[in-house]
Amino acid sequence: MIGGLFIYNHKGEVLISRVYRDDIGRNAVDAFRVNVIHARQQVRSPVTNFARTSFFHVKRSNIWLAAVTKQNVNAAMVFEFLYKMCDVMTAYFSKISEENIKNNFVLIYELLDEILDFGYPQNSETGALKTFITQQGIKSQHHTKEEQSQITSQVTGQIGWRREGIKYRRNELFLDVLESVNLLMSPQGQVLSAHVSGRVVMKSYLSGMPECKFGMNDKIVIDKQGKGGTTDDSGKSELGGSGKQSIAIDDCTFHQCVRLSKFDSERSISFIPPDGEYELMRYRTTKDIILPFRVIPLVREVGRTKLEVKVVIKSNFKPSLLAQKIEVRIPTPLNTSGVQVICMKGKAKYKASENAIVWKIKRMAGMKESQISAEIELLPTNDKKKWARPPISMNFEVPFAPSGLKVRYLKVFEPKLNYSDHDVIKWVRYIGRSGIYETRC
Amino acid sequence: NMTSKYFKNQWNSEIFELKAELNNEKKEKRKEAVKKVIAAMTVGKDVSSLFPDVVNCMQTDNLELKKLVYLYLMNYAKSQPDMAIMAVNSFVKDCEDPNPLIRALAVRTMGCIRVDKITEYLCEPLRKCLKDEDPYVRKTAAVCVAKLHDINAQMVEDQGFLDSLRDLIADSNPMVVANAVAALSEISESHPNSNLLDLNPQNINKLLTALNECTEWGQIFILDCLSNYNPKDEREAQSICERVTPRLSHANSAVVLSAVKVLMKFLELLPKDTDYYNTLLKKLSPPLVTLLSGEPEVQYVALRNINLIVQKRPEILKQEIKVFFVKYNDPIYVKLEKLDIMIRLASHANIAQVLAELKEYATEVDVDFVRKAVRAIGRCAIKVEQSAERCVSTLLDLIQTKVNYVVQEAIVVIRDIFRKYPNKYESIIATLCENLDSLDEPDARAAMIWIVGEYAERIDNADELLESFLEGFHDESTQVQLTLLTAIVKLFLKKPSETQELVQQVLSLATQDSDNPDLRDRGYIYWRLLSTDPVTAKEVVLSEKPLISEETDLIEPTLLDELICHIGSLASVYHKPPNAFVEGSHGIHRKHLPIQHGSIDTGESPVSAGPAASIDQPQVIPSQGDLLGDLLNLDLGPPVNVPQGSSMQIGAVDLLGGGLDSLVRRMYREHSFLWFVKVWLPAVKAKGLEISGTFSRRQGHMYMDMSFINKALQHMTDFAIQFNKNSFGVIPTTPLAMHTPLMPSQSIDISLPLNTIGPVMKMDPLNNLQVAVKNNIDVFYFSTLIPLSVFFVEDGKMERQVFLATWKDIPNENELQYQIKECHLNADTVSGKLQNNNIYTIAKRNVEGQDMLYQSLKLTNGIWILAELRIQPGNPNYTVNARSKEIDRLQNAFDIVQNIFKDILHP
Repeated sequence: MIGGLFIYNHKGEVLISRVYRDDIGRNAVDAFRVNVIHARQQVRSPVTNFARTSFFHVKRSNIWLAAVTKQNVNAAMVFEFLYKMCDVMTAYFSKISEENIKNNFVLIYELLDEILDFGYPQNSETGALKTFITQQGIKSQHHTKEEQSQITSQVTGQIGWRREGIKYRRNELFLDVLESVNLLMSPQGQVLSAHVSGRVVMKSYLSGMPECKFGMNDKIVIDKQGKGGTTDDSGKSELGGSGKQSIAIDDCTFHQCVRLSKFDSERSISFIPPDGEYELMRYRTTKDIILPFRVIPLVREVGRTKLEVKVVIKSNFKPSLLAQKIEVRIPTPLNTSGVQVICMKGKAKYKASENAIVWKIKRMAGMKESQISAEIELLPTNDKKKWARPPISMNFEVPFAPSGLKVRYLKVFEPKLNYSDHDVIKWVRYIGRSGIYETRC
Repeated sequence: NMTSKYFKNQWNSEIFELKAELNNEKKEKRKEAVKKVIAAMTVGKDVSSLFPDVVNCMQTDNLELKKLVYLYLMNYAKSQPDMAIMAVNSFVKDCEDPNPLIRALAVRTMGCIRVDKITEYLCEPLRKCLKDEDPYVRKTAAVCVAKLHDINAQMVEDQGFLDSLRDLIADSNPMVVANAVAALSEISESHPNSNLLDLNPQNINKLLTALNECTEWGQIFILDCLSNYNPKDEREAQSICERVTPRLSHANSAVVLSAVKVLMKFLELLPKDTDYYNTLLKKLSPPLVTLLSGEPEVQYVALRNINLIVQKRPEILKQEIKVFFVKYNDPIYVKLEKLDIMIRLASHANIAQVLAELKEYATEVDVDFVRKAVRAIGRCAIKVEQSAERCVSTLLDLIQTKVNYVVQEAIVVIRDIFRKYPNKYESIIATLCENLDSLDEPDARAAMIWIVGEYAERIDNADELLESFLEGFHDESTQVQLTLLTAIVKLFLKKPSETQELVQQVLSLATQDSDNPDLRDRGYIYWRLLSTDPVTAKEVVLSEKPLISEETDLIEPTLLDELICHIGSLASVYHKPPNAFVEGSHGIHRKHLPIQHGSIDTGESPVSAGPAASIDQPQVIPSQGDLLGDLLNLDLGPPVNVPQGSSMQIGAVDLLGGGLDSLVRRMYREHSFLWFVKVWLPAVKAKGLEISGTFSRRQGHMYMDMSFINKALQHMTDFAIQFNKNSFGVIPTTPLAMHTPLMPSQSIDISLPLNTIGPVMKMDPLNNLQVAVKNNIDVFYFSTLIPLSVFFVEDGKMERQVFLATWKDIPNENELQYQIKECHLNADTVSGKLQNNNIYTIAKRNVEGQDMLYQSLKLTNGIWILAELRIQPGNPNYTVNARSKEIDRLQNAFDIVQNIFKDILHP
């Protein structure tokens, strides 16, 4: 198991050091600093081993977090734990920075004592932790006996992510379907790979211990219902979309509140949600993806000192919808001496420090096209190596889900309190963003 | 040194101030002071002198202050054991506190204070806490048992804490169950045979129930524990798989990987090609792909594991090659791993896309990545024959870029392409020769020299090219020197008239001016070979080379199987077994894939049924440069990597007047099973062919080690070998590899790998094997007895409890008693000798002055034989009682077992 946990600033000064196991000595703190942070050659793996001691590290802005062990630990678990720890710290004091860590070091030690015992990760849900680990340290003494046992039963309980007795005057929930669409296209317009990785993020403000059921246009579910000959009327609920056909989901993962065995057997998504914002599910699709933009590049080398670049972008969605925050990034060679750009729409600028022409368009409707052309002057060089021509990348945001996913329903049942599914105010929103959206040129 | 003195003084005054603050009347002041102490401790300053003052602050109702004091105590108690005892009272009192958070805090902290005296006081509170009404206290107490075990294992056993921990597996709270499982799993690693966890179907059921209810971390503990369980049959394996499969949708990647581990292990037990088996295989692919959309560090762990999974079960991800295409801004460690997996998944179906990708990668910035991409193009050529031509032309394009490291890497892989497709792409040699001057790395220089030597007859100025390397001969690396020596000898044999001077020059450089023994030896051998018998020299040096295999860099099958058992863990990231990087007792117990329960009737051999891949997968030829082309590399490479054919060159050794015989003998002696070489087929019965040999077991595999001697006057060719059906289903894993003719009075040694998946027929005696050998002259038959010990598998060590239960289970009529006479060894030596032959000592007892050894062994077909060996002091005759459930099936097997004990103990 995890033998110790260290946090360093960018200089390699140790900010937090917590040792859980006797086999980890004080020298381990220095070993990581010398061999990783101060290493002459940048370390090329997030897992390293020096003198039979293994180090796992992640970096958040300037801060290094390192877990150390001498055993054959579950490596995936250690990284997941480090991420979780970042989440917990962010939830307590927002940004992970040297200053925040120094100001909260007592709190961090208290957290580390709670969420890692002898190197075994323990309940690390912020919802639960915040009930008894507070920055004031006052609350802890004034718990009544009932409160105490409520805390312990929540920390160790089956529904560790939610506490009892939550009350809202207005029961409300927000669903965000956030997708990132990824594309790698050849210069000839052939899709080399494309996938959507999506997340369903929920903000729930619901009283009591509500039982929820989430439905979407999952092909497997729709096909099953089609076969049965019965149509589920919930499909026409107020959340339902335009009734687009179903989509094939390659794979999905769920927040720990979702009953996985039920999903496995019936493919239904049921759960008692945490209070507030959390990520309900993640999914991935690769079939029938709507690619919101197409990039058509044309690069011509004129002699050894000049490049002519022309790039056309075409929007490929309903004309009534508007894409926003469009940005096209055209890489330029390192020996670029000057650039002249002409674009029909938006603004384009050559940014020498980034070795790229950045073309920004605020808004663009569907089924339109726009173009940019540039002349790049090059300095003659002796470098024999050819310019690697990095791909042209794009950023954008569109108000639909490129995977075609639609929320069909989200039903809420709270048998003990007197509000019904109809009383809950529900909001749903779709946002499609570019992930790594690249076209080779 | 004034400055350091100054700082020292300053620090002293700081300590003094802190001391005052710690004793301040105001609680807030004291708390601030403790915080300062902890801050100083964090940055490594020595604040141990404040021990009594800090401990004084412990008696407080402020929980935050209490936690800080505890943190201090955990750090310094060991260095101040006498003062630490001051804290005991406070701990004991806290363990009785009405607030469960305080009770848990006390028991948690006490376990972290590694002072013997304190540990004694811990036992009573811990016992109470293990039965506390509050689950939060119980889950903390469960971990505390593991802490205590790390300090004083004996005490934990004596106090019965292990039993209490086992009771917690049935606890109503899932988190308590999970922590108890984690603690027990870790403790049992230091007692590998103790069966501490007592995994039986009831307990497994409890764990599976808790799996649905506990935290993500708890699920990981439980899944990792489940993966160590051996289901009793396929039905149980399937029902566990069914309940584990839903975990593949968990958001936590460690939960997913641990579930994958359980499924990969239990797949071994499921009957192949059933619907369930195929569905399960299909279900494994999407979650593995999903892991690649996680954070980069988790992607890295996932990719290292996927690398193992595609080697073990390539079918799972064969459709998914696209997800391993490299993204421009992936971290370099992700890029390199993806590339590795791309090559493994490359096939005829996807080669066009793969090549297009690799070409892109070869123009990137990172040198390591570019090199690997170039190498990958070569691998594709070797792996997918249809693509070879395109790969070669891509490589030529890359050579034209003149980027130094690209050119060098390309030349190394082109050498391998030549070895795979001889006489096909030699037209490009001219282009390669143009780049001779830019090669400054030994690998590339050696590759180029090899090419020039191998194709000397087609290169007009081969002599000039090789001569140019000769100028700086002594500055070259050994690898280049050896290759150059061989290349010039090849050139000489091909164009003797023009190159005599050159060959003399290189032989004298190698033998007289060099102090490298390998180089001198090889030089002398060539020299004598050339001067004694140029015709033979030609046959040997220019002999046809076996083609290199398609797959390289494969992990050796037994290691692969072991690593599959460690999916998700560090071992799977390093691709090394735990004992390679873990100190002490923890890593020693080696894990194995579960074994399907076969029997002799079906001919299913457990050893080969488990890692079936060891048969399907191509043999790995180590990529050690010129291994096969050269004479003496036999002693450079470890013999285990060269399972067959490698000792062929021994025949040529006669020319040197013997000498390598001893080398071969040594090779055999290093393995545990040494049986005397017998003449199986005398020359008079086989028209001049004499075969002698023996059987052996090395690294978990069986071999038939044979010498073929030609005592006739004509040469012999076209050898083949076949076995009749036999009791253990023994068949050769590969055909007999004799590529060269067997010349008169020549002998060739061959090590033929065997497996036990062939058809089964009961023989009498049981270990009888009938063999047919064919050559261009006739077919010959002989029969021989396989020493039974060759069938004793490496995992024949029975768990202690299982041994006891099995022994009792076997009826008395299945027991055989006999005596081994005149054996003058002590019990430990006996045990060691038996263990070398895969007969394991389960326990040793001394009863009334006699040593009792309890032994177990397992045959390839899954039959266990248990034995009890009694050694009385002063009596050279040992008594053996052997038992086996399958005695009726074995019949005379016991006679053989009897002989084995005798043979092993009477060398």
